[in-house]
Amino acid sequence: MTTPLTPPPRKDPLKRTVSPTQPPVIRSRAALGLTAMAAEGRFALQTCAECGAVQYPPRDACSACLSTDLPWWDIAPTGQLLAETTVQTSVKQYFRERTPWRVGSVQLDAGPVVICHLHGDVAANARVRLRLLLDRAGQGVILALPQERTDHMADDPELRLMSSDPHLRRVLITDARHPFAPDLAAALQTAGATLIFAGEPENWLPNPNRSALEAAGAEILPLDVTDTKSVERMAGEIGGKTDILINTARFMRPGGVLARGGTGFARDEMEVNYLGLMRLAQAFGPAMCGRTADGVNSAVAWVNILSVHARTNTPGFGCFNASQAAAFSLSQSLRAEFRGAGLRVMNVFTGPLEEDWYQPLPPPKVTGPALARSVVSGLRDGLEDVWCGDVAKDFEERFCKNPKVLEIELGQEMGE
Amino acid sequence: MKRQSYDGVVLAAPVTIPYTRYSTETAHYWIARALRETLRAAGLKPTELDGFSVASFTLFPDTPVGLTQHLGLSPRWLDTIPMGGASGLAALRRAARAVQAGDVDIVACVAGDTNHIDSFRKLLSSFSRFAMDAGYPYGYGGPNANFALLTDRYMQEYGATREDFGRICVAQRANALKNPHAVMKKPLSLQQYMDARPISDPIALFDCVMPVAGSEAYLVMREDEAIKRNLPFAHILGTIERHNAHIEDPIQLRGGWTVDIDELWEMAGCGPDDIDLLQTYDDYPVISAMQIEDMGFCAKGEAAAFIRSHDLTVEGDFPHNTSGGQLSAGQAGAAGGFIGLVEAIRQVTHTGGPTQVPDARRAAISGFGMINYDRGLCSAAAIIEGAQS
Repeated sequence: MTTPLTPPPRKDPLKRTVSPTQPPVIRSRAALGLTAMAAEGRFALQTCAECGAVQYPPRDACSACLSTDLPWWDIAPTGQLLAETTVQTSVKQYFRERTPWRVGSVQLDAGPVVICHLHGDVAANARVRLRLLLDRAGQGVILALPQERTDHMADDPELRLMSSDPHLRRVLITDARHPFAPDLAAALQTAGATLIFAGEPENWLPNPNRSALEAAGAEILPLDVTDTKSVERMAGEIGGKTDILINTARFMRPGGVLARGGTGFARDEMEVNYLGLMRLAQAFGPAMCGRTADGVNSAVAWVNILSVHARTNTPGFGCFNASQAAAFSLSQSLRAEFRGAGLRVMNVFTGPLEEDWYQPLPPPKVTGPALARSVVSGLRDGLEDVWCGDVAKDFEERFCKNPKVLEIELGQEMGE
Repeated sequence: MKRQSYDGVVLAAPVTIPYTRYSTETAHYWIARALRETLRAAGLKPTELDGFSVASFTLFPDTPVGLTQHLGLSPRWLDTIPMGGASGLAALRRAARAVQAGDVDIVACVAGDTNHIDSFRKLLSSFSRFAMDAGYPYGYGGPNANFALLTDRYMQEYGATREDFGRICVAQRANALKNPHAVMKKPLSLQQYMDARPISDPIALFDCVMPVAGSEAYLVMREDEAIKRNLPFAHILGTIERHNAHIEDPIQLRGGWTVDIDELWEMAGCGPDDIDLLQTYDDYPVISAMQIEDMGFCAKGEAAAFIRSHDLTVEGDFPHNTSGGQLSAGQAGAAGGFIGLVEAIRQVTHTGGPTQVPDARRAAISGFGMINYDRGLCSAAAIIEGAQS
């Protein structure tokens, strides 16, 4: 049985914060395929396109027929535990600090044998369910879990390290005026977040979200992402206790290039959506990176809510989407910069939201509770890329098939 | 096709350079020392040596090619053996055939590695692609964790206990106490073995080898060369080698020896009962147990009973790893693939000194190497016999 986590005692400011260390990070190019699958929460392995043999560890030629055509296919995440060990000592500092560490040898129903992390609730010789997860080096690894849910199973130390679970963590929602901020706060409260901060720009003006946020236990603090001093002030105040940062700051107006009379709105969009993200990262990033090994409420994730059209534009919101593309590109840089500390960047890509600015667009649209569910489940699963809502999922499928075709189709949609 | 015998080719001049726990020297240094000793025994100058076979993990950025210039050698036959615990036997097989064919007169087979403070960790991190991708990210237990999984499964499957493995370790420690060069100097009791610090369950401290610096060497030559040089020598009765055997086994409970074992004994013209001593590759006792089974000394799964009913010390009825093996003498990198063979050459030529098994004539040696991912891939074995004088 997993021992449930308990809220950590108040931090002693005189004690040294444990420096983050990393599990092994170097992989072959083929093995990075595991990481790519884990980033989206898929359980996929290389499968020979010619003979169908499932391969593991990842390789460059089929071990059954020598074909070099080895696409990644989703496979049944089930298997049989053959043997186990508990590592009590390791020459790698990351594991030395975390022993005992349970490891198993599992024969997948799909064929190969995997050496994998082993959840504490898996019994000897049990049937297991497998997941492909990102570890604190940001690399894809396999974890075997019990077939059935067990009590407090998310609190297992190995699983907890591979997730960004908000349970017992402190979260900052950067824009309390985002129409879905109250839904996010409520979902995080339900998920067990201990503190929820919500940043409010122009906080001398009324905010219709205020009472709902307060009802969800959020503490509202002044924060304007277009003002470096404001961001720095807020980081000075709560940067040392922000474990998860969810950037909801957003400025948007409809229209492509020709629909707009000038560059005024585009400047505002870049100021909030791109430079705002940069200011937040410069102010909060270093403190969060320094606290990724800080116990139960360690810093764990940075979440960006982005339009799915950050990946491929559509002229209805052409200029806004360009600022989203800039933010997306910056998030990739941030992800690489945070990786050494084990701080995860999760991008939640959404289709149109059920709110004023998207009013003219047809359904389906993403509701506040749906976005909040995607954020919380993405954090629990430790994902990097989340596709929220039917439009975003449809987009992703088409993007994977042929990004150029998608670009043409999205351009035509607006012409109708 | 029936394999040709090794008639006329012999092994001589076995050399072990005493191991040290850590060394500030390089692999080049350790290889040079072993090479010098083996050449000195044969009365050869370095420039007269025409065959050179090297096994080492820590030569980087050099290869044996660079070693020829470094050590002033001009061989006409050069080999490198990247097979870890099977390297001694693999070197023997290749060198013996080259000598037999006349491509070379004398081959010095040398293995050596240094052990700096951090070199074991560095060696692990670059050991193999599969280990890097699918082994080390899982607790970074290194070979300890791999063999723990295998030991766990072996115990479940065959009912062996930790005490059974302990008996192998305790007997080897008794042998090591006779070997003045063994790294381990203190007696080991079964109780101490059982009470030892856990490393990776069910593996505990005395199941693990200690990485050390050291080197080993021997010469392969024609019998008439050995007689001319007045060297005690051993004949090669049979050998086998196999890589990545039993691909279908989900976990390794047997090694490649089982594929070729009948051929080994047939070629040697004898059987397990005719053997005076056995040298197994003992990076973990479960692997020695597996070799006792797979080499045919008992049936599969019966090693535990065999160990309980035999005395594995130098004076015992089944002398095994007579110098203390790697478990008690230390694991000097690739030299760990030579330790059993070099000791066996000493034993059958009656030059074993304090660890000599009285009247030892025939020895079986098995090697096992390279945990590429979840199992050891290389296996090899040989039967050798001391010359009748």
